[in-house]
Amino acid sequence: MMRLFQWLFPHPVLTLLLAVVWIILQNGFSAGMAVFALILGTIIVRITAAFWPERPGGFRVGKMISYALLVIWDILVANVQVAWIVLSVPNVKLKPAWISIPLELRTPEAITLLAGTITLTPGTVSADLSQSGHYLLVHVLHTDDPDAERDLIKTRYEARLKEIFV
Amino acid sequence: MTYEIVALYAVTFCLVVGSIFTLVGAIGLLKFNDGMTRLHAPTKVGTVGVGALLLASIIYNGVFGEGAVQELLIMGFLFVTAPISAHFIAKVNMHRGTCDTPPELPEDEQWATFDLPASDQELTKPLLSES
Repeated sequence: MMRLFQWLFPHPVLTLLLAVVWIILQNGFSAGMAVFALILGTIIVRITAAFWPERPGGFRVGKMISYALLVIWDILVANVQVAWIVLSVPNVKLKPAWISIPLELRTPEAITLLAGTITLTPGTVSADLSQSGHYLLVHVLHTDDPDAERDLIKTRYEARLKEIFV
Repeated sequence: MTYEIVALYAVTFCLVVGSIFTLVGAIGLLKFNDGMTRLHAPTKVGTVGVGALLLASIIYNGVFGEGAVQELLIMGFLFVTAPISAHFIAKVNMHRGTCDTPPELPEDEQWATFDLPASDQELTKPLLSES
């Protein structure tokens, strides 16, 4: 019984996620739709199961929500700052810089999330990882002090992600 | 009745904010003169610009229409895909040499994008000589 369940739902969370996405896409709700969404979620996940050999590790949901709120707030603040840079700083005075961040995170999900966060917050774009995945290359639009920027990312985002993915 | 007026103001506010940020993103795309700094402009439009416009749509449909939540999906997909395309554009810039050279790494490590098998290194050469 357990093995049948494992075979039918290799990734239960993915099945649920697909079902929810399908229901949101329909923009309405009925029981038949929920059943169809679950059927779709089961079939799609079953067919593509070969592409997802490993199940991603868990994370702390509560801390993830507060992290998401923090990132959204930072995006809003940084947007205004960058809009101001775009409109007020002439090209000659612009000081773009590369910074390399030594990573303490090791799980792929956490590094992906950190890189995504850095790109979504305006003013910084993550560009590359080192071969071993221990350094992250980030491009900063305008900064007087690249080291301070690096420390900010490390303390503000990486430290929190380390607590989310344990 | 009054809450419809409030909603109307909220929709207008969101539309104006979204338009302003989209405009600033477009200005930035035109103004900057190097591939990497240009990349910073679209990441802005993708977050607050589109986010505010979609929020306006959600509020409008919620108050005056049937209610729509598909906008949340648009925002979700956008937030997931925008960093990936930005990542690719940044790597192309690094290969074409249209930006400053990235910093060196300690312990003879290399940035992953330059770690190519010999057969693939030929592929990047025309790009480098072209620029």
